[in-house]
Amino acid sequence: MNKKVFLGALTVAGLAAGASAAATIDDVKARGSLKCGSNEGLAGFAAPDANGVWQGFDVSLCRAIAAAVLGDAQAVEFVPLTSQTRFTALAAGEVDVLIRNSTWTFSRDTDLKLDFVGVNYYDGQGFMVRNDIGVSSAKELDGTTVCIQTGTTTELNLADFFRVNNISYEPVPVATNAEGQQQYLAGACDVYTTDISGLAATRATFENAGEHVILPEVVSKEPLGPAVRHGDSEWGDIVRWTLNALIAAEEYGVTSANVMELAAGPTTNPEINRLLGTEGELGAMIGLDKDWAVRAIAAVGNYGEVFERNIGEATPIGLARGLNAQWTEGGLLYAPPFR
Amino acid sequence: MAEATDPPRETFRLSQLLYDARYRSMTIQVVAAILIMLLLVELVDNTVTNLAALGKDIRFGFLWSTAGYDINQQLIPFTSQDTHARAALVGILNTLVVAALGCILATIIGVLAGVLRLSSNWIVAKIMTFYVEAMRNTPLLIWILIVFAVMTEATPQPREFREGGSASMILWDSVAISNRGVYIPRPIWAEGSGFVVAVFVLSVIGIFVLRHIARKRQQDTGQILPVFRLSLALFFVPTLLAYFLMGRPVTLETPELGGFNFAGGLQIRNSFIALWLALSLYTSAFIAEIVRSGILAISKGQTEAAFALGIQPNRTMQLIILPQALRVIIPPLISQYLNLTKNSSLAIAVGYMDVRSTLGGITINQTGRELEGMLLLGIFYLITSLIISAVMNLYNSSVKLKER
Ligand SMILES: N[C@@H](CCC(=O)N[C@@H](CS)C(=O)NCC(=O)O)C(=O)O
Repeated sequence: MNKKVFLGALTVAGLAAGASAAATIDDVKARGSLKCGSNEGLAGFAAPDANGVWQGFDVSLCRAIAAAVLGDAQAVEFVPLTSQTRFTALAAGEVDVLIRNSTWTFSRDTDLKLDFVGVNYYDGQGFMVRNDIGVSSAKELDGTTVCIQTGTTTELNLADFFRVNNISYEPVPVATNAEGQQQYLAGACDVYTTDISGLAATRATFENAGEHVILPEVVSKEPLGPAVRHGDSEWGDIVRWTLNALIAAEEYGVTSANVMELAAGPTTNPEINRLLGTEGELGAMIGLDKDWAVRAIAAVGNYGEVFERNIGEATPIGLARGLNAQWTEGGLLYAPPFR
Repeated sequence: MAEATDPPRETFRLSQLLYDARYRSMTIQVVAAILIMLLLVELVDNTVTNLAALGKDIRFGFLWSTAGYDINQQLIPFTSQDTHARAALVGILNTLVVAALGCILATIIGVLAGVLRLSSNWIVAKIMTFYVEAMRNTPLLIWILIVFAVMTEATPQPREFREGGSASMILWDSVAISNRGVYIPRPIWAEGSGFVVAVFVLSVIGIFVLRHIARKRQQDTGQILPVFRLSLALFFVPTLLAYFLMGRPVTLETPELGGFNFAGGLQIRNSFIALWLALSLYTSAFIAEIVRSGILAISKGQTEAAFALGIQPNRTMQLIILPQALRVIIPPLISQYLNLTKNSSLAIAVGYMDVRSTLGGITINQTGRELEGMLLLGIFYLITSLIISAVMNLYNSSVKLKER
C-alpha cells in the first residue's frame, strides 16, 4: 500500500518533470539566463574573443533572443557542443536553443524530435584543398583522403557525392573543426570538407590562407538555422520571430543606431511600428512585452549588421551576402509580415 | 526445594529488528534492497516518461535502415548503402581486432617489463621501474593522443615519397611510413595457396602434438627431446617445401605511390596504430606489475631446492617457478584484458572506427536513437567481457593448483 503511494508520487514527479521541460520560456526566465548550444569555436560564427566573451554570427542571435526575453544581451550561457553531442544535448534540455551551424533536414526536424524555426544562413557543402595538389574540380578528387566531422550532414553528403560520381575516397573522421583543421594542415588528409561558410571561417585562421582553395562545386543545400525542442511551440515562436525581427529590421532600414529613435514614436511605416511595438500588441502575442524587438535590434543590430560585423566582406572571413541577401536584393531572406 | 528456573522463553518483538544485533543486519539489507529497487523503478519510469514527453519511443528498427556514411577501416565489405546494423558489425570487428592485438602486445611487453624489473642489473631494473610508473600514472587518453600526434606530425606525407621528395620507403622499398598510416606489402593468394596454408596449419598442430609427445616421453623415460629445434623445423620446413612445390603461389604486392595516396599493399591506419600501441603500452605496465608479483610470490626456497637437485636455471623457471607463478598471475591478468577491451572505446579520440564510433557515435547521431544505441553498446561490451573471462577462466583452471 505504502509502496503504491510512493510509486504513484514518483510517477507524478516524473510527469511533472516532463511537463515543466515543455515550458522553456519559464525556465529561462526563472534562471535569468539563456543556455545557448553553440560551436566549440568557429571564427566568425561562435568563438570566445581575447577577453573570453563569445562573439560571432550565431552568437549574436543567441544574444538577440536573450535581449528580447530577458532584457540583457549578456545573460547568455554558451554551451560548446560537438556535432555529435548537439542534438542529444538539446533534446535532454541541457540547452534552450541550438544555434550551431546546424542544417535543417527532414529527419532532424521530425524523427529527432527537434524543431528548426528558421534559417539564419543559407549554405552548401564545399571542398578545400591545397593549391599545389593541382585539383580544380571536386570530380578530380578520386583516391584522396578526406577529413570530415562525424555526426554531420557533411559525411552523408560526402558519401553520396563520391558514390554518385563513382570515385573513391578514404574518410578520416574527426570530432571537431579544430581537430579537422589540425589534420588537414598536417597533411593527414588532402581535402577538408564541410559547409562553405565553415571552410571560409577555418581558412581565415590559417597562417597562409592563400595556399588553400575552396573548389567551385557546392554539393548540397545546407540551410543552417536555430533549433528548439519539438513540442514547445511557444518557445519556438519566440526564437523564430526574434530571427525574423532581425531580418525584417534590415529590410525596413531599422539599425542598432536608429532603432531607439524609430521606437520613440510611431513612424509613417506601419510595419516598422508593429515591429517596434509602437502600434499593435505583437509582443503580448508571444508572451513578451512590446519592446522585445527593439531590445534585440539595439543589442546586436539588424541581420545585415550582424552579418557584416562577423563574417562579411570586411572581415577576414570575407563572405559575400550571396543567397543571404534580402529578397529585395536577389537573396533568399524573406521575413513574413509582422501583423 | 529449588524450583528449576526456566530460561525466559524468547518471544520475538518487532523492536528486535532494530536493536538486536542478530536481526539488525538483515533489516538493513532488506531496506537497502527495497530502496535500490525503488531507485531503479524511478529511473526506468523517468526515462520512459521523459522520452514520451519528447515524443520518442524505444524501437530498434533504425538498425535496418541505410547507414549513409562510409567507414575507412573495414574487415568485411561495407558501403554507405548498407544498413546501420552492418555498420555496427564493421565497428564490432574493428573493436575486436584492436582488442585482440592489444592483449597480445600488452602481454609480450608486460611480461618482458615485469621480468626485467626484477633484473639484477640496476640500470635495467630502474629503467623498467620508470617505464611502469610513467605508464601507470598518466591517463590512457593522453597516451593515445601522444602516439597519434607523433604519427601524424612527425611522419612524412605521401607526396614526399615522390621523386625528389624527402622521404623514402624502407625495407627494400616494401614498407612506407607516412602520416596516413603504415603501408606494408599484402599477400596475394593465387591458385594453390590453399594447400600451402593447409600445410602451415597442419605443422602448427604438429608442433603441439610434438610437445605433448615430448612431455610424455620425458615423464615415462626421463629422456628430453630437443623440442625447440624440432618445433622450429616443423614451423618452417614443410610450409616452405609446399610453397616451392606449388610453384610459389603466394606473392607480395608492395605499396606504390599513385595519385594522391599509396595504392596497393595493406594500409595500417594511424588511428589504429595509435590506439593499438597506446592501449598495449598502458596495459603492459599493469601486466608487468602482475607478472612481477607473481614471480615474487614464489619463495626463493623453491629455486634453491631445484638448484640443489641439479636442475638447470631455465628448466627451473619453466618447470617450477612459472607454473606456480601463473596461478597468481592469471586471475588479475583477466581483468587487464577486460580493461583493455573496454578502454578501446576511447577510439573515437583519434577517429578509429570501432563500435563506439559507428553504432555508438555516427549511427545514434544520425538516427537520434541514443538510448537504443547505448543499450546495444552496453550489451556488446558485456557479452565480450563475459566471453573473455570465460575463456581465461578455462585457462586458469588448467594451470591452477590441482588438489588430488
Ligand atoms: N551543417 C552541418 C555541419 C555542421 C558542423 O559541424 N559545422 C562545423 C564546421 S562548419 C562546425 O561548426 N564546427 C565547429 C566545431 O567543431 O566546434 C550539419 O548540421 O550537420
